[in-house]
Amino acid sequence: MLEIAGLHGFYGESHVLHGVDLSVRAGEVVTIVGRNGAGKTTTLRAVMGILQKRSGSIRVMGTETIKLPPERVARLGVGYVPEERGIFASLNVTENLMLPPTLAPGGMTTEEIYRLFPNLKDRAKSQGSKLTGGEQQMLAIARVLRTGAKFLLLDEPTEGLAPVIVQQIGRVLETIKERNLTVLLVEQNFRFAARVSDRHYVMESGKIIDAIGRSEIAGKMERLEEYLGV
Amino acid sequence: MALEIGELSASAAKTRGIDWLGLAVGIAILVVAPFLIYPVFLIKLLCMALFACAFNLMIGGGGLLSFGHAAFFGGGAYIAAETAKNFGFPFEFALLAGVASATFLGFLFGVIAIRRQGLFFAMITLALAQAVYFLALRLPFTHSEDGIQAVPRGWLFGVVDLKDNFAMYYVTAAIFLAGYLLVARVWKSPFGQVLRAIKDNQPRMISLGYPVDRYKLMNFVLSAALSGLAGSLKAMGLGLATLTDVDFTTSIAVVLMVLLGGMGTLLGPVVGAIISVSMDDYLAGIGIPVPVVIGVIFVVIILVFRRGIVGEVVHYWRKWQARKPATRA
Amino acid sequence: MSATALFGQLLLGLINGSFYAMLSLGLAIIFGLLAIVNAAQGAFYMLGAFIAWMLFQYLGIGYWASFVLAPLAVAIIGMILERTLIRRVYNLDHLYGLLLTLGLFQIIQGMFVHWYGTSGQPYDYPDILTGGHNLGFMFLPTYRAWVVVASLIFCFGTWYAIEKTRLGAYLRAATENPTLVRAFGINVPMLVTLAFGGGVALAGLAGVLAAPIYQVNPLMGGNILTTVFAVVVVGGFGSILGAIVTGLALGVLEGFSKVFYPEASNMVIFAVMIVVLMIKPAGLFGRER
Repeated sequence: MLEIAGLHGFYGESHVLHGVDLSVRAGEVVTIVGRNGAGKTTTLRAVMGILQKRSGSIRVMGTETIKLPPERVARLGVGYVPEERGIFASLNVTENLMLPPTLAPGGMTTEEIYRLFPNLKDRAKSQGSKLTGGEQQMLAIARVLRTGAKFLLLDEPTEGLAPVIVQQIGRVLETIKERNLTVLLVEQNFRFAARVSDRHYVMESGKIIDAIGRSEIAGKMERLEEYLGV
Repeated sequence: MALEIGELSASAAKTRGIDWLGLAVGIAILVVAPFLIYPVFLIKLLCMALFACAFNLMIGGGGLLSFGHAAFFGGGAYIAAETAKNFGFPFEFALLAGVASATFLGFLFGVIAIRRQGLFFAMITLALAQAVYFLALRLPFTHSEDGIQAVPRGWLFGVVDLKDNFAMYYVTAAIFLAGYLLVARVWKSPFGQVLRAIKDNQPRMISLGYPVDRYKLMNFVLSAALSGLAGSLKAMGLGLATLTDVDFTTSIAVVLMVLLGGMGTLLGPVVGAIISVSMDDYLAGIGIPVPVVIGVIFVVIILVFRRGIVGEVVHYWRKWQARKPATRA
Repeated sequence: MSATALFGQLLLGLINGSFYAMLSLGLAIIFGLLAIVNAAQGAFYMLGAFIAWMLFQYLGIGYWASFVLAPLAVAIIGMILERTLIRRVYNLDHLYGLLLTLGLFQIIQGMFVHWYGTSGQPYDYPDILTGGHNLGFMFLPTYRAWVVVASLIFCFGTWYAIEKTRLGAYLRAATENPTLVRAFGINVPMLVTLAFGGGVALAGLAGVLAAPIYQVNPLMGGNILTTVFAVVVVGGFGSILGAIVTGLALGVLEGFSKVFYPEASNMVIFAVMIVVLMIKPAGLFGRER
């Protein structure tokens, strides 16, 4: 689904990604963990094509995308949920939900989405600026589920949210797995990540420094805590 | 993301005192010029150069781009012409009257516009200048399309007869030089440094307790006053004040001069004025539409060399200087 | 003063106001997406009128065809300029966009002044819209009624398209966060080009509507530009509806002052601008940026 090899990325003059290698197979949920500033979000932005100064190789579903603009990457069937949620303040909930164009058949219908996120239905006419953090996050995930994207990039979906909401998002991710979608997740909340992910990559200073499979987690917990500085 | 201005001004502010050699060369050129070139043309050129310096004071000092400076130039021109011709003011009082009126206008514009920045400041000054243009079109003393013509130059301090083109030229040159040095002085003063700091980071200066708007207003009024001086001088030197002086095209012309020469550089506006006025003169002679050429220059400068001529020269000179020690080592 | 004169001037004010509304509406759309104040907007207004005139003069194409063709041609010219030149200044200080479009304005206006001089060219009413109706309190020329109706339809049509349609949602979203909209698979650079085309087409359309009322004059764009800038300052760039309402209201106000104090009619919009700036610096519908 995704193969990244030797990815370098730059913000202006500063070199942020130093040769990232990772891969995600179809149907997997893979998490990138790491401290703040390790380059996790930048990696997602590079995959999406939002980070323009990048080199190396990014293959999405077999297509080389290192030179493609974001809209072409999205059209391959990639759904992006940015760290800051990216809810449009001047659009209401329904408009936000319906904004991303359909990328492929098989996306969730509006009814399915409202069943999964009941409070979005209640707030259908509210402006995007009036939503709570949790509602914004729900909406940000919901709107990419509608598009039929087969591969989702989720950037810190639990950041700054109450435990109840984190649990709800956990259930959403389970639904996503049931629908056999592929997910690349960036997460600081390792307990959340451990619950939903098949594999983990550990990132530090713009590089992948370790890869941990699901079965190894228990044994490697100590090492992980060291990486994350918990 | 900012305007590419102030390259030279920043360094000029660091070097204390005056560049005596440059000044001597400048004075020499001013003294010799009328023996080589028609003095009346030079008078016009110096007036436009002074106007450009005044405009530059504002953009280099405050980072504010005004689209309405013709109001001060033309306003000064009308008042100087009117007082000299119909009130019988002597030369120097006519100039003073012109400057005073432009200062007043500048204060009015400033009070209205100074709170807005960037694009809105530009649009507001343009609209206000247009209001002044309509006033000039309607008021009786400006004589609408005809303007005020055959303005007598009179005598300087009752001693020097300015009917002589050479005399008029040297008076103009002296006033221009004084204006130019004033701009340079303002730039190097603590006042100029505060203005530059405001341009770089306005929120910081506000939090430091500087009355930011008052600084910008003072700078704007000073720029307007100098523009009025340039306009008055032009009205006296060429003997007429017309609608063209308050027209939008004059506001554009001065933007072009400063952009072409290099915003925020001391010498840039002078270079820009020389090129621009000579070009107008030349193009008018061979029938190529001037506005089209001006428009093309605008586009080329903005797409290719935004620092302007002097700004680019300084920039590459610096780069070259920075590289030199490395190649020597 | 007669009621006929009063209503006649009010109608003319309403017509001018609808031109202001269309031009400032176009400016607002372009500003929202490109963060550029398009100083060439006046030139596109003039181009709309001139293309209609040229289509008739050289090809014998009449008003109704020009009503479609001229704005379309203006849009195409605008989109070519956006793609080739204006696009290059998006990442620079916004003032460069203003200066660049000002340069384009000078070029376009300068060429037409050079070719056609500064005296106006007459352009005829379409046959079907000649004549008028006596309403008792005033005589209503059919063409003027048509201009008011047509511009209101286009203004509110544009408002509807932006606020209520899917394309409009893209536009609003891209105004807020263009990068994210691209990441959803929407070609925002193309959207920007189209929005620029649409924004200048509104000016072109106003030009065609204006052609039979005023003469077709190369300087017509410069005259309206400063007024439209003042309208934009009064209204602020905050809302589409605000641009329409401000344009219409100031046009009518200008019409009123022509009746009561004609000498000041050119000044009244600027006077309003000054008052608004003193009270509400961001403009009536603006948000402080």
